[in-house]
Amino acid sequence: MLSIRNLSKTFGNNKNRFKALDNVSVDVLDGEIFGFVGLSGAGKTSLARCVATLEKADNGEIFLDGVDLIKLKGRKLRLKRRKMGFVFQHFHLLMNSTVYDNIAFPLIISKTPKAEIRKRVDELLELVGLTDKASSYPSKLSGGQKQRVGIARALANKPELLICDEATSALDPDTTKSILQLIKKINEQTGVTVIVITHEMEVIKSLCTRAAIMEDGVIIELGKVLDIITNPQTDTAQRFFTKEHLPEIIRLTESLAGNEVLVKAIFIGDKVHKPFISDIIRGFDIEVSILSGGIEPVGNATIGDLVLKMSGYENAIISAIGYCKENGVGIEVLKGGDVNGHI
Amino acid sequence: MGIFDRYHFDNFAYSMTRGRLTSGVDYANEVWRILSQGFADTVYMVFFSALFAVFIGLIIGVALNVTGPAGICEQRLTNRILGFIVNTGRSIPFVIVIIAVFPLSRFIVGTSIGRTAAIVPLTIAAIPFVARVVEAALAELGGGIVEAATSTGASPLQIIFRVLLPEAAPGLVLGVTLTVINLISFSAMAGLIGGGGLGFTAHRWGLQEFRTDILVYTIIILVILVQVIQITGQAISRKLDKR
Repeated sequence: MLSIRNLSKTFGNNKNRFKALDNVSVDVLDGEIFGFVGLSGAGKTSLARCVATLEKADNGEIFLDGVDLIKLKGRKLRLKRRKMGFVFQHFHLLMNSTVYDNIAFPLIISKTPKAEIRKRVDELLELVGLTDKASSYPSKLSGGQKQRVGIARALANKPELLICDEATSALDPDTTKSILQLIKKINEQTGVTVIVITHEMEVIKSLCTRAAIMEDGVIIELGKVLDIITNPQTDTAQRFFTKEHLPEIIRLTESLAGNEVLVKAIFIGDKVHKPFISDIIRGFDIEVSILSGGIEPVGNATIGDLVLKMSGYENAIISAIGYCKENGVGIEVLKGGDVNGHI
Repeated sequence: MGIFDRYHFDNFAYSMTRGRLTSGVDYANEVWRILSQGFADTVYMVFFSALFAVFIGLIIGVALNVTGPAGICEQRLTNRILGFIVNTGRSIPFVIVIIAVFPLSRFIVGTSIGRTAAIVPLTIAAIPFVARVVEAALAELGGGIVEAATSTGASPLQIIFRVLLPEAAPGLVLGVTLTVINLISFSAMAGLIGGGGLGFTAHRWGLQEFRTDILVYTIIILVILVQVIQITGQAISRKLDKR
């Protein structure tokens, strides 16, 4: 579907250069929702803008259905752009046009016959749930509604690829959720391939099947979201999936006794059938207290993420941790005695 | 002082020999004739110069925007040259423009005096002004909406006519309002050089003939005219603005 090869992009002049993308290669499969996640400045937005041809890459190739977008010019490029829909963080709607006209805009641009425009816009209004707002102006809409218009506009020409650049970053949590559900619904109903750019892990967790983590213009981790979460390979990836309050917990337990260990247990709901906490308490003669944690859905699976304090003899703790790992629970020692070295 | 002294003296002598109108009806009729002629000339000059200036200035203003940094047809050199021409145009005082374009007026409209001839310097003086006003109104839109249009595959012309101009319409209307009001002021100056209009009326009758009442009337008419144009312009702009 989309194949990016050795993409590089540098901003700035000779004195003040900033490498936004450094030799990035990635494939996005037909019909999937692919996430690019990273902190600001990681290069993810530059990547999206290069794909959308809003930014010109310095080097590399971007193949959309076998055509290199970078080599396209003029009319051919404009025709190809119609095959991609771009959803902006700040919506960028025509403020002096109604919701209807905003959604009709790409169709007018592509010189679609009027009757067809009417039909398509009505369809889209229904899809995004704004049929009653057709004649409203964007200034009268909430942020979430504006983004729905943005999404409908991006879909107007029936694109093959939908690029959502921080589409929910300007929205509150509840609205974010509803927009994410909408994107998911659109992907399921129309089979459009979706690229999601975000700095929020929640977005990746609830939407994407696969994701790439970016840092300093490079993809540092790439794979199934479930794998990245349960088995992160880099510190950055780990930090992304670590709950914000975790450092707080680690600090609070600075008074950890010599026979106590703080661990993080991550497990995929469907794969762990044993009640492993009660098992290790009974089986290894250690005490376990749950300091924080939760179970949340990621794609079609659920992921458990607990911070546990284990206290007991060193050997017992090591064995307990071993038992957990055998049963498919990922254990990461966050803090604590000599156990660290043994694991 | 000197020049005014001479004017006063000459005109004083002139009005003494001619005598003043005393009959009430004749007097009112004459005032009406003088003022309506001046008003008609002003409207004539302002309307046509605004029409031409807005048309040409709009094209230049759009060109400045699209060739500017991050514009849809970014072209550094073209942008600099256009900017230079516009700045040059704006830096020449209007009085000098009037004199400088005498030959041009004669070439275009066949004469260098009269209200029709005055349209030429007025238009030329207003074009750079309109261009900058248009440029500013377009700059206010920001790049986001243009990018959104680009991403849908819109061509530069489609972006100009379907995004830039409609979205900037409220600002453009205010710019035109400003231009028209400036032109009224300029037309008074142009009128002094045989153009006609309310400026000419005020000078010819108010100053040269000591008709203070006519001077006051022209001021009142100009104040009302400017107020009406400003209020109308703002109302239209507000009506167009859905932000």
